[in-house]
Amino acid sequence: MEWFDNFWQIYSNLVLTIGINALLALSIWLTLSCGLLAMANAAFMGIGAYTASILTMNYGAPFPVALAAGIAAPTVVALVIGGPTLRLSGVYLAMATLGFGEVVRVMILNAESLTGGALGLNGIPQLTQWWHVIAALVITLLILWRLRRSRIGRAFEAIKEDAVAASLMGIAVNAHKMLAFALGAGIAGLAGALNAHLTFFIGPSEYGFDRGVDILTMTILGGTGGLTGPVLGALIVTLLPELLRNFRDFRTMMNGAILVLIVLFLPKGLWDPQRFKSWFKRGRK
Amino acid sequence: MLKLSKVSKRFGGLSVLQDVSFEVPEGKVFGLIGPNGAGKTTVFNLITGLLAPSGGAIEFGGRSLIGVKPHQITRLGLGRTFQNIRIFKEMTLIENVVVGMHAHLDYGVPGWLFSLPGFRAQESQARDRAHELLGWVGLDAKAFDTADNLSYGDQRKLELARALATKPKLLLLDEPVAGMNSGEKVALMDVITKIAKRGFTVFMIEHDMRFVMGLCERIAVLNFGKIIAEGTPDEIKNNPDVIEAYLGRDDDDVVAA
Amino acid sequence: MLEQQLVNALSLGCVYALFALGFTLVFGVLGVINLSHGAIFMIGAYAALQVVTKLAFPLWASLIAAFFVAGAFGLAIDYLVLKPLRQRNAPHLIPMIATIGLAIFFNSASQGIFGAENLRFPSDLVPDQQLHFWGVQISVLEVAIIALSFALMAGLLIVMRKTQLGRALRAIAESPKAAALLGINVEGLFYLTSFTAAALGGISGVLIALYSNAVFPLMGQPMLHKGIAVIILGGMGDIRGALIGGLFLGFAEVMSVAYIGSTMRDAVAFGLLFIVLLLRPQGMFGKVLERKA
Repeated sequence: MEWFDNFWQIYSNLVLTIGINALLALSIWLTLSCGLLAMANAAFMGIGAYTASILTMNYGAPFPVALAAGIAAPTVVALVIGGPTLRLSGVYLAMATLGFGEVVRVMILNAESLTGGALGLNGIPQLTQWWHVIAALVITLLILWRLRRSRIGRAFEAIKEDAVAASLMGIAVNAHKMLAFALGAGIAGLAGALNAHLTFFIGPSEYGFDRGVDILTMTILGGTGGLTGPVLGALIVTLLPELLRNFRDFRTMMNGAILVLIVLFLPKGLWDPQRFKSWFKRGRK
Repeated sequence: MLKLSKVSKRFGGLSVLQDVSFEVPEGKVFGLIGPNGAGKTTVFNLITGLLAPSGGAIEFGGRSLIGVKPHQITRLGLGRTFQNIRIFKEMTLIENVVVGMHAHLDYGVPGWLFSLPGFRAQESQARDRAHELLGWVGLDAKAFDTADNLSYGDQRKLELARALATKPKLLLLDEPVAGMNSGEKVALMDVITKIAKRGFTVFMIEHDMRFVMGLCERIAVLNFGKIIAEGTPDEIKNNPDVIEAYLGRDDDDVVAA
Repeated sequence: MLEQQLVNALSLGCVYALFALGFTLVFGVLGVINLSHGAIFMIGAYAALQVVTKLAFPLWASLIAAFFVAGAFGLAIDYLVLKPLRQRNAPHLIPMIATIGLAIFFNSASQGIFGAENLRFPSDLVPDQQLHFWGVQISVLEVAIIALSFALMAGLLIVMRKTQLGRALRAIAESPKAAALLGINVEGLFYLTSFTAAALGGISGVLIALYSNAVFPLMGQPMLHKGIAVIILGGMGDIRGALIGGLFLGFAEVMSVAYIGSTMRDAVAFGLLFIVLLLRPQGMFGKVLERKA
């Protein structure tokens, strides 16, 4: 077991970060599965991170309480802004949520007394254990998996294809969109809270546009067809900078190039069950 | 069962429907016909809540439909198909039909989360019912195909099965046989007759005269946004206003004298 | 000193409007949110800088260079990336994601090529005389910015409202398929729009670079965020919205810096944005409906 201890000593942060990124990718996957491109999940992550951190740092709250608050706070915010913004569709929604993300970042920047402003919060207790991340990921995967097999999951798919037809099937479209949006926000908040207590320092720049793009890349790269895709994408996107450690600027360029190439040539991402099926069929002949 | 009284609809300065009144009796097959652009699909959109009327009343079973959201209207018992086919292309046929049962599945969060017996029973019943409905329209053999691969005529039949899944009291069919060849039309006529015999009220919009005359027990005629006639097929056939509305147009099927 | 602030706000607002115009043009006509518009803005600024320093061209020539270089990039992006996605009938969000990738690529490429530091236009080239009238002080540069911006915006408005080309573009904005059926050369006009929008973005890049005397690889990002705020405020796809939204944002920012303090500057833009999103997400002139195919 010694090699494992050594491995863990060096790489535990990386492994846990992969887990947290997987949560984030799943949160965007959830909204995408209902046809929503909500670019606000990075902001929700930030809300969760700050809420949980403030509770543990300033009020000595126990970790589970902080985590619960880290889930609840962004969920509540999502419920509040979801009403007016989810009426918008497609690109309008993407833009509105992008704008909202900026608003949150600026608010964090300016609420200095609470959030430390541009300097961020330093010295967050490192409470996140490996099993926290595993548990969170497993529970989230379980919930999303069961959700997909229920009428709610079917409703999401129907809404994604044709919201009008879905409404005439008796599906309450707005309520379902709100569910996807708010649940996605909660998952992102959980990821943020866990991440904050792992890296012991957070700042407003971590939850802006760049983070949002990172999360989106993970999901798109990995594949939006199922639950495996986002996890795979998180794995690759988190590991890639480590592998390309010597090529700093190059790796950001790679990120960008990957996005464009995937969108152009592998639109459903890497993990595409339908593509695998057709490979199988061709192989049989 | 469904009653429109003096319904009108304006889009900006354009008046699409004026003073439209008719009644769809329960248990019968009712047809709304009229030349292209007369406003027929708009009538359906008003009934199903996708548009709000500029004036007039729409009542279903004595209850006003105005201001009611589309998904609630479906839950009240109106099922609908679309003129330009809106099936869920990336789902299989059976999934399409099961989506239609959404409103009638009532398991809660513990049910689907923990795969409780109640959940599994309802899901299983839903699938059985979906197979049955696909059988009614003759698509059962293709239940696991992706909807995108279907022929045009089969897609229309799928929409019909899906609309039936919503357990409607009134079925609104928007051009159910458009784009079908005559063999398919005859087959569908048969299917709809059987459906009507099971107690569903059917309200259809169609162009194909033979189809309409053969199936519908009452017909209303819409021209330039106004109802110009309402009655039995024979009455409509011989109505001079109706004949005039169709003469001189490039319609394939002109009312036979 | 209100008049002074108003004048400052006007030049800033003009540049915001110019940037937002390109952004909203692409959205209105192509139906795509082009998040690489910030990178194109940056490319325009660098192009102008290179032309002035390496080729020793006069300043006005650099504007023309920026116009064409940025325009060319915009056209290339449309032809190489957006067009295949159009032909594939990709859902709306996919092109947006592709433009995000392009932005990242261009931003980091320019950092690799030019370095991350702030570059400046040679000071002897930038006019810095101040004019005084009506008790207000305004620099020649600001006058030039305002004049140029207004000229470009007026030109665009005239084209859109009074010419056959403008009518064709508006038809495409409503429904590309219908426009094609009317015999309009939709693909060709897509190329033209991409070029023009990018060219406007490039010009606004040079103007801001002169105004704030800084050229750096990530300069497009904060501008992009402001651009998003402007078109949400003004309504997406609407030219009047971009104009008025841009001017409005310029005013709001300058006023808030003058009367509240510079830390709140970004907060104001986004505070407004927030309120608009809550109360009227489609902005001043936007529509809630998605365009038809």
